[in-house]
Amino acid sequence: MNYSSLIIVVLILLGAGYLLGRNRARAIAGQGVKLHSLPTHYGALVALWTGLPPLLLLLLWALAEGPVVDHLLVAQLPEAVQQGSSADIQLAISKVHNLASAAGVGAVAELQPAVEHLVALESRANILHSGVVLSLALLGVAVTWRRVQPQLRARSEVEGIVRKLLFASSGIAVLTTLGILASVLFEAWMFFGKVSVFEFLFGTSWSPQIALRADQSGSSGSFGAVPLFAGTLLISAIAMFIAVPIGLMSAIYLSEYASPRVRSYAKPALEILAGIPTVVYGFFAALTVAPVIRSIGASWGLEVSSESALAAGLVMGVMIIPFVSSLSDDVINAVPQSLRDGSYGLGATRSETVRQVVIPAALPGIVGAVMLAVSRAIGETMIVAMAAGLAANLTLNPLDSVTTVTVQIVTLLVGDQEFDSPKTLAAFALGLVLFLVTLVLNYVALKIVQKYREQYD
Amino acid sequence: MSIIENHTTCGSPLVESPKLTARNVGVFYGEKQAIFDVSLDIGSNEVIALIGPSGCGKSTFLRCLNRMNDTIDICSVTGKIELDNEDIYDPKVDVVPLRARVGMVFQKPNPFPKSIYDNIAYGPRIHGLAHSRVDLDEIVEKSLQRAGLWNEVKDRLHAPGTGLSGGQQQRLCIARTIAVDPEVILMDEPCSALDPIATAKIEELIDELRENYTIAIVTHSMQQAARVSQRTAYFHMGQLIEVNPTDQVFTTPEHSLTEAYITGRFG
Repeated sequence: MNYSSLIIVVLILLGAGYLLGRNRARAIAGQGVKLHSLPTHYGALVALWTGLPPLLLLLLWALAEGPVVDHLLVAQLPEAVQQGSSADIQLAISKVHNLASAAGVGAVAELQPAVEHLVALESRANILHSGVVLSLALLGVAVTWRRVQPQLRARSEVEGIVRKLLFASSGIAVLTTLGILASVLFEAWMFFGKVSVFEFLFGTSWSPQIALRADQSGSSGSFGAVPLFAGTLLISAIAMFIAVPIGLMSAIYLSEYASPRVRSYAKPALEILAGIPTVVYGFFAALTVAPVIRSIGASWGLEVSSESALAAGLVMGVMIIPFVSSLSDDVINAVPQSLRDGSYGLGATRSETVRQVVIPAALPGIVGAVMLAVSRAIGETMIVAMAAGLAANLTLNPLDSVTTVTVQIVTLLVGDQEFDSPKTLAAFALGLVLFLVTLVLNYVALKIVQKYREQYD
Repeated sequence: MSIIENHTTCGSPLVESPKLTARNVGVFYGEKQAIFDVSLDIGSNEVIALIGPSGCGKSTFLRCLNRMNDTIDICSVTGKIELDNEDIYDPKVDVVPLRARVGMVFQKPNPFPKSIYDNIAYGPRIHGLAHSRVDLDEIVEKSLQRAGLWNEVKDRLHAPGTGLSGGQQQRLCIARTIAVDPEVILMDEPCSALDPIATAKIEELIDELRENYTIAIVTHSMQQAARVSQRTAYFHMGQLIEVNPTDQVFTTPEHSLTEAYITGRFG
C-alpha cells in the first residue's frame, strides 16, 4: 500500500477505535458502574492510541527509507562505480532510480542487477511498512480497548496526550527558527574563514564579483559591507520619515476624530495598502515615482540618477504607513476613556487632550509600533531591488542610487552559484547581520509594548 | 418597573437663588430616552446627592451639567440648563470655559500618566491661569492643600501620579479639578473604587470644599449621601422622583418609590 492509502486506513481505524472505546465505556456504565471519565474520553483515548503511534512511525519511515535503500543499493552497483568518488555513486544511484521507475526504457545492462534489486527492495519495504503500521494500529485498538475499565483515568490521559501534541507543534516552530539560525550561522562562519570579520563589518568597498574558474576574468572581490548598511539605513530613514508622521496622524484621526461611519470606511481602505504585493510597489516606485523625481530634480538643475534612494524610500514609506497607523491606532484605542474624560472635564480641547494626555500615555506603544515598522523597512527587498539600484555607493545623498543588504543577498544568490565561494557565502553573513538587527529591534519593541501594557491593566 | 405617567417631582426641587438650574431636561441616546423631564435647582455652596438604582440616569444627568455628554456622538439633550442664569446649551457657549467653571471628578481615579505636579498644572496651563512658574507652583501647592494631599506628596511632586494609592489618586483628581478654580464640582461616584478609610477622607474633604464650591455628587451609598449632603434627589428610571432635605429623605420619604429604595427593597 502506498502512503496515502495507508494513512486513510489508519484514520478509518482511528474512527473505529473511537466508537469501540466509547461503546465499551457506555456498556460498562450501563451496568450501573460509575466511570472515572465520560464515555467520549475513553473513545478519544482509544482513538489517540490507535492513530498516533502508526502515523508517527510512518513519518519516521518515510524519512529513513530513502537513505537506507540507497545504502543497500551500493553493494549491487558495478565494481568500477563502487571504487569511484561519492559523486559518481550518487549519479549511478539516481540513474538506477530513474530506470526503475520507467521500467524497461533504455535499460543499461551493467546497472540491471541494481535496478532489479531496487524493485525487489521497494516491494519488500512496501509490504513491511504496511504490515508494521497496520499491526501497530490494530495493537493500539486492542490494547487500549481492553484497558477501558471504570477506574481508568481516561480524561487525564487524553489531556496529557493533547498537551504533548500541542507542545510538539510549538516545538516545530521554535526548532525551525533555530534550524534557520544554525544554517545561517554555519555558512557565515565559513565566510568569515575566508574574509575577516573586520573587513566585512568596516570595509567601505563592496564588489563581490570574483572569478569562479581559473580562466574567467574578474576582480578578486572585496566584501566591505559598510555601503550596504549605509544604503539600508538611508532608505529606511527616508521610509520612516514618511511613514511615522503620516501613519501616526492618520491613526490619531481615525481613533480620536473620525465618526464611526468614516472610520468604518477609512480603516479598511488604509489596510488595503498593506495588502498590495511589494512587487507592485516596486514597479510603481521604479516606473512612476523615480521618473517623476528625476524630472523634478532636473527642473531644479539637480543631478538625479534614474534609480534613487529617494524613490525607493518614499514608496517604502507609503507601504509602511498602514503598518504604523494600524498598530498606533490599537495602542491609542487602548488608552482608557477615563483619561480623555478627565482631560475634557478640565476644559481641554480635543487636540490638547490628544497632544498632552493621549499621545504621552500611548507613547511606549507607539514607539513599539515604530520599531516594528523599522524592522519591516530594513527587511524589505523588492521595492529596493527595483527602484534603488544595485550600485554599492557609499553615500548619504538620497538622489544617488544605493543598494541594501537584502538586495545584495538576492543578487548574490540568483543564478548559478558555487556554494563554497566567498561571493555566495557573503549572502549568509549579510543575512546573519540582518537577522540580528531585526531580532534586537523586535525584542526592544516587544519589551516597550509590554511595559506599556503593565501600566493600565 | 416602568415610567410613571404624568409624574411631578415630590418635595422641593427648586431653591431660592440657585447656582445651577435644570428645567424640563430630557436626554436621548439615539432613539432611546434616558432622562425624562427633570427640573432641579442646585443652590450655591450646597452639596446635593443624586441617588437611585443603577441605570436610573443620575450619572447621565450629572454629565449634562458640564456638557460631558457632548463627547458621546449619539447623545442629545433637550430642555434648559442654566449656570448663573446663562444657558449652557446656547450655541454661542464655548464648552472650554464652561468646563473650567463646572469641574468633574470621576468614578475611577484617572490621574494622567504624568508627574503629580503636571497633573495639577494641566488645567491651569491649558487655561493660561498662571503667568509665571511661581504662580503655577503656588496654584499647585494651594490645590493640593485644599484636597488634603499636600503633606503626603510635597516631597515627591515630580513622581508619577499613577504611583499613588487609590485614595490619594482620587484626591489628586479633586486637586486637579480645584486647580482651575471652578464654581461647581460634579462628582460621579467618587468613592466607589476606594476603601473605607480613603472614602472617609474624601467625605471629609467634600464637607470642607462646600465652603467655596457648589457640589453635586452621585453616589450608590446612602450612608454617604446622608453624611455629606444637605439635599438629596432620588432618580428612578430616568425620572426625578423626589427632592428633599437629606434628613427628611432618609427619615420620612415622601414618595413610596423613594422609601422602597432607601429601605433596600431594590437597588
